[in-house]
Amino acid sequence: MLAPSSRPLSPHLTIWRWGPHMLVSILHRITGAGLAIVGGAVLLWWLWAAADGRESYEYFVGWATHWTGIVVGVGLTWAFLQHLASGIRHLVMDVGAGFELNTNKRWSTIVAIVPVLLTALFWAYILFGDQL
Amino acid sequence: MSIETPLSRVRGLGPAGHGGQDWWAVRLNSVALLLLSVWLVASLLRLPAVDYATVTEWLRDPLAAVPMLLFVVTTFWHIQHGLREVIDDYAHEESQRVLWITLLAFFVYGGGALAAFCVLKVALAGAPV
Repeated sequence: MLAPSSRPLSPHLTIWRWGPHMLVSILHRITGAGLAIVGGAVLLWWLWAAADGRESYEYFVGWATHWTGIVVGVGLTWAFLQHLASGIRHLVMDVGAGFELNTNKRWSTIVAIVPVLLTALFWAYILFGDQL
Repeated sequence: MSIETPLSRVRGLGPAGHGGQDWWAVRLNSVALLLLSVWLVASLLRLPAVDYATVTEWLRDPLAAVPMLLFVVTTFWHIQHGLREVIDDYAHEESQRVLWITLLAFFVYGGGALAAFCVLKVALAGAPV
């Protein structure tokens, strides 16, 4: 048995220089965990409210249209789109494509930015769509 | 000298103890969830409203209820595998790992069953009198 060493086992977050590929990689995990717990709970609440009856459903809608519900909704929308975009990036990389340094950096940057823009667009449509 | 092949020496050594089939299943599930998510968002955006009457009437249509059931099952399966990967990566103590895997199983099977039952209840309830 080797004595425990204080040296890192492998290059870790603290000693790497941050780049867009690292950002989208860890965002994939953070948004995934957030969607699983918060998104899973909201999905359950919505379906349970629909099954329970009009009163429960209206209580759900009351929270969903309250400003706290909208903040959670915007967060879930971004998390969903970010996880979707970085998930597609992973599927592309699973077939062995997109590993060249510049290609990887370019697509990682796109994957980090596009979900933010789409979230803004989606909520602008939801909140102000009827005024257009 | 051993007659063991290199493959048999590494097989089962990952943190989860197994791997290849799971890896494929997760990819298949991800692609299915991608399509079902796009279907759900598009369907909800196309509804004139998302109030009780509109949503329950929509869910009574088999062409909405069945994809919704598939969405629920695919989603909770995805949660199971995604969070399991996080647990395998960060919970190093075996006792902690067992605790988190148990909690995850309760959440996924309980939540998935409840969600699926709710969809069926709405879908099979018939039009309100």
